[in-house]
Amino acid sequence: MLLRLTDVTKNYAGNEKAVLDHVSLDLEQGDMLALTGESGSGKSTLLHLIGGLDSADSGRVVFDGIDLTPMNDSGRAALRRGSLGVIFQQFNLIPSLSIAHNIAFQARLAGRHDPSMVRVLVERLGLDDHLNKYPEQLSGGQQQRVAIARTLAARPQLVLADEPTGNLDEATADNVLALLQDLVIENGASLILVTHSERLAARLPRRAYLRAGRLT
Amino acid sequence: MTAAILSALLGHWRRNPLQLLTLMVGLALATALWSGVQAINEQARSSYDAAAATIGEASYSQITAQDGGPIPQQTYIALRRAGWAVSPVVEGRLDTIRIVGLEPLTAPRDLGPVRLGNGVDLGDFLSGAGQIFARPDTLARLPQTGAALQPTPDVAPNTALTDIGVAQLLLERFDQIDRLIVLPDQPITQQPLAQIAPELIQTDPQQGGEVAQLTESFHLNLTAFGLLSFAVGLFIVHGAIGLAFEQRRPMVRTLRALGAPLVRLIALMAVELAALALIAGALGVALGYLIAAALLPDVAATLRGLYGADLSGELSLRPSWWLSGLAIALGGTAVAAFGALWSLARMPLLSGAQPRAWVMARQGSGMAFAAIMLLGLAAALGIWGTGIVAGFVMLGALLIGGALVLPPFLSLLLRLAEGQARAPITQWFWADTRQQLPGLSLALMALLLAMSANVGVSTMVSSFRLTFVGFLDQRLASELYVSAESAAQADAILAVAEDKADVVLPLLWVDRLVAGQPAQIYAARDHATYRENWKFLHAVPDAWDRLARGDGVLINEQLYRRTELDLGSEITIIPGRTLPVLGVYGDYGNPIGQVIVTEPLFSEAYPEVRALRFGLRVGPDKVAPLRDALRTDAGLGDAAITDQSTIKAMSLAVFERTFTVTAALNALTLAVAGFAILMSLLTLAAMRLPQLAPVWALGLTRRKLALLDLLRAVVLAALTATLALPLGLALSWALLAVVNVEAFGWKLPMYLFPLDYLRLGGLTLVAAALAALWPAWKLARTPPTQLLGVFRNER
Amino acid sequence: MSARLLAFLLLLPVQAVAQGFAGLGTTADGFTNPVRGTALEFPADHGAHPSYRIEWWYLTANMTGPDNITYGLQWTLFRSALAPEDGQGWDTPQLWMGHAAITTPDAHYVAERLARGGVGQAGVEVSPFRAWIDDWIMQGPNLDQLKVTASGTDFAFDMGLRAQGPLVLHGQGGYSVKSAAGQASYYYSQPFFDLSGTLTLPEGDVAVTGQAWLDREWSSQPLAEDQQGWDWFSLSFDSGDKLMGFVLRGSSNFTAGTWITATGQTTALPDGAFTAAPLGWHGVAGRDVPIIWQVTLPERNLDVVVSAMNPDAWMTTSVPYWEGPVTVTGSHSGIGYLEMTGYEND
Repeated sequence: MLLRLTDVTKNYAGNEKAVLDHVSLDLEQGDMLALTGESGSGKSTLLHLIGGLDSADSGRVVFDGIDLTPMNDSGRAALRRGSLGVIFQQFNLIPSLSIAHNIAFQARLAGRHDPSMVRVLVERLGLDDHLNKYPEQLSGGQQQRVAIARTLAARPQLVLADEPTGNLDEATADNVLALLQDLVIENGASLILVTHSERLAARLPRRAYLRAGRLT
Repeated sequence: MTAAILSALLGHWRRNPLQLLTLMVGLALATALWSGVQAINEQARSSYDAAAATIGEASYSQITAQDGGPIPQQTYIALRRAGWAVSPVVEGRLDTIRIVGLEPLTAPRDLGPVRLGNGVDLGDFLSGAGQIFARPDTLARLPQTGAALQPTPDVAPNTALTDIGVAQLLLERFDQIDRLIVLPDQPITQQPLAQIAPELIQTDPQQGGEVAQLTESFHLNLTAFGLLSFAVGLFIVHGAIGLAFEQRRPMVRTLRALGAPLVRLIALMAVELAALALIAGALGVALGYLIAAALLPDVAATLRGLYGADLSGELSLRPSWWLSGLAIALGGTAVAAFGALWSLARMPLLSGAQPRAWVMARQGSGMAFAAIMLLGLAAALGIWGTGIVAGFVMLGALLIGGALVLPPFLSLLLRLAEGQARAPITQWFWADTRQQLPGLSLALMALLLAMSANVGVSTMVSSFRLTFVGFLDQRLASELYVSAESAAQADAILAVAEDKADVVLPLLWVDRLVAGQPAQIYAARDHATYRENWKFLHAVPDAWDRLARGDGVLINEQLYRRTELDLGSEITIIPGRTLPVLGVYGDYGNPIGQVIVTEPLFSEAYPEVRALRFGLRVGPDKVAPLRDALRTDAGLGDAAITDQSTIKAMSLAVFERTFTVTAALNALTLAVAGFAILMSLLTLAAMRLPQLAPVWALGLTRRKLALLDLLRAVVLAALTATLALPLGLALSWALLAVVNVEAFGWKLPMYLFPLDYLRLGGLTLVAAALAALWPAWKLARTPPTQLLGVFRNER
Repeated sequence: MSARLLAFLLLLPVQAVAQGFAGLGTTADGFTNPVRGTALEFPADHGAHPSYRIEWWYLTANMTGPDNITYGLQWTLFRSALAPEDGQGWDTPQLWMGHAAITTPDAHYVAERLARGGVGQAGVEVSPFRAWIDDWIMQGPNLDQLKVTASGTDFAFDMGLRAQGPLVLHGQGGYSVKSAAGQASYYYSQPFFDLSGTLTLPEGDVAVTGQAWLDREWSSQPLAEDQQGWDWFSLSFDSGDKLMGFVLRGSSNFTAGTWITATGQTTALPDGAFTAAPLGWHGVAGRDVPIIWQVTLPERNLDVVVSAMNPDAWMTTSVPYWEGPVTVTGSHSGIGYLEMTGYEND
């Protein structure tokens, strides 16, 4: 079992209702799960809890046999560096670093930098011409491809993608998602994709639906 | 519509109170430093004017002796009897107080702050022991004279007015006067001055008089510091306004899209800024008053010690000063805001809605060019420039050029560091630091200016102190210095010294104009004390022997630098005799020129001058018996006997005071720079989230990010310091070799004080770290949701 | 006369004035007072009397220029002592003041000088005679033969004087009573000077001839407390006779005078013998001053109208007063000088 969520509840100060209400979820190595739901249904929050970016009020998040719940900031940061890859809707890249450095950054943080692998990723994602550019010089689709390359170059066990194509047009979105899926499979990683798009969700083998903080 | 636009504009400040605070505090500080210095200068000038008004220098022509010496009273009578409406003045110091003797019957009616005949009883003024008019604090310091004391607040500071007869008595200047006031109305039958008294010269009224001329460079110095502080403050203001306007670009676009005319928008923004500037300016002027009030006693002590200029210790508020403070706040704001308003005015309606904070940065090459031009100008002035104005222009070019060169310089260093970095976090650190540079560069420039000023001034002060202490050790060779009140007492001293002292060195001097410069002519007795202790800057061989033979004179550095005189130049010191210059000696701490002739020559030329002061050389163990003998046998009071160490201590104290003021201004400038860093970091904090969030998401804790931010501020300060040190040393060279020569008349050797620089560097790092502490603490406490918000579209 | 005295003493402001006229009315500390019956001695008495508080050498002249234009001239040296001593240098309590003026039919030029005694700026020497303040000088081998010069910012004069008659002593052998209470001064005159010389005016130099009158007076306490001003006349009639008369205005007026014949015989006029009453007034310097007078001396059948030649002969000196040439018509005709003080601002 790669990931197990048990009765995870999360609320934010000032909210009447919990964002996540006793959510439980299992994920096996190699699983690809699409997490869908209305705006505000808590799907991003769930992803953040899994990524150790935020902490749950109650319940347990166990990743690869390790309980995240009692972990402090630096423990979670270590987890993110070593085992997870996070791709957001926007602003994934470090603006001060070139594309090449952005791609290698996480792998080097994790101590797993493999130039040959980076070369493969760059080629697959069609980023050859952009390596010396800076993030602000790329289009949204290109930026997201860089984010994918960066994530997979670090060879994470689990890729967490939060609306990675939310800012992209349909054709680009399909293309980017297809690349992400292929690369996750090729690298033997797992994927949780948060999206509000039924069309994209349908392309993943497993689906979960969040409604009002509950998983259905 | 105006109201609607205004409320939209003002809403920006409501949402960004920190920016408003930065703007206001920056402007207030800049205005405060500037107007504080101005207040001191104005106070000084008005004191000089009051002092000059006492003898009518400002409003009346004056007649003085061409050689600056006293005028016989008979000459005055001769002039009156030749139809000259002139009034005599005798001046001098009693202890330290300036005694001015006037003749009320012939003086202009409006002369001086005390108008005789206006509530003053002329009979009492002229009768018996007379009356002395002065401020109460001056009267309190006046020795007992028998004259009735009349407290009068509007007399110039440290000045006492009395009848000319009383003054001649007090100053022991019988039948001598110093100057004649020429009344504006002269009779139509009058013989030419040249016919009656060819040795006299008439000069036009002059504002402030001699003291003002003498202290002009000192005040220029202060003004330069005031301007420097103001410039540092303007960096802050410029930064705050630039940022605010960048952030308001989207709003401006929206307002224009909604139909608000651009001209009105720009005008309203200008009015808004003007209003803010006025408020901040008023705060600044008030603050400046406090600064001035705190510094004034030191300035006053300096001016009295160095130039004998009398300054009132009480600060008075003048409307002109308020107005100039507000004007400079407005002007500074206009300068700082012009670029922002201009670019807003040229912004196309449909583009540029995004804040361009990073675009601001990309104007590096023009700046580097300007910087190189300015530094080149500074170098050129350093080599070929003359005069104090050139000196200050050079300082200005050096400082501004240095400031402008800072961003490209730092960028280069950071790029190099980034290239060297291996670890990803290190690499990111350097890259990110470089990205922060544009936002921080104004604050860093302010820091650079503050630091280099600090290095420059502390080098100058310390070099000066070192030189001066050495100089005092050489010069103050006599063990005891005694002064007699009368010729009889002088004889008594000589009688005692004959017996108990090894050597007696009389101090004989007269005040004269030499080569058009005010100077003192001293007599030197041919003695080893002089030969051993006086160091020449330049001299002909055997200068002392030739001096002793009466074959020439020695001049001090001040006279050497201010006139065309050089070794071998012939000067007329004694009427009818020209003598060559044999040597030039260093004479630190003396504002005016000095000439030394051998004693026999002096006595021949000025037989009327009797030595009342003496230096006595005696073995260390015999000092006490000598002092006792002087006390009992010559009737000298303790005040009349001063030993070497006391004089040294007093002289040093004057100079400590001189630079207390600059040190205080330095500290203030550094504090302002620290404030600039703090404010820049705080305003940058909000914009930094998109840069930090991905790094955080990739596995760096907020704590680590905060630590890195703190480190970044320290590293930037340290890199700035690497530029500030050479810049500061260049500054101190300029101060020592150029400005100092012009201002004081002497050139000082430059010494280096690495430990001081290290300490200053440490202080700077601490200041930067302190400034970064709060923003870093805030970063460490940023809730994850806020960081996560960066990644979400629906913000 | 007393007017001049007051003018000078007013220079010593506040305290002296606060005691008012009384400052002159009280016996001054240590100053000598005139004594009836004292014989004047010449030339010694032409010189200064430092033990008396006040003293003057007062010259007025009526002159005619080439076009029959008439002019008036004044040259006065006052001495005032703060204490009855002489002393040397700035220490001396003797103060000096000079007034000079030229009056033309339509202009009046004034100058004033002040000086301390003891330093050589001003003083009087007897033999040869020399009275001076700054470049203003009245000097000659003796008092009969004088040269007088003065200058201001807009005028100057240079005159030669020659006495054509004897000195004239007023009152009782020179002892001149100034009030009913007995205040008095020593007072003598030389009213018989012929004069010729040059006036320097803004329009140019004018050669003039005429006659001059020198008054000498000194005292320490010449006025009564209630006296506030005076009108003083020196008139020379075509007959060669002369009249000096003054009115001291107080709670009751006091008048005195001297009738001087062409040969210098004098008759002292007792209080009330001489009368002067204003006939016409003129506004000058913000006040009204009588510039036409009816002057009578019944015992000489004299009843004349005295008119100012230039009503604006106002002395803009430290203490201002009116002083200028007059013409005389009526029972006698002639010329003369008039001085008026104590006419306050409205």
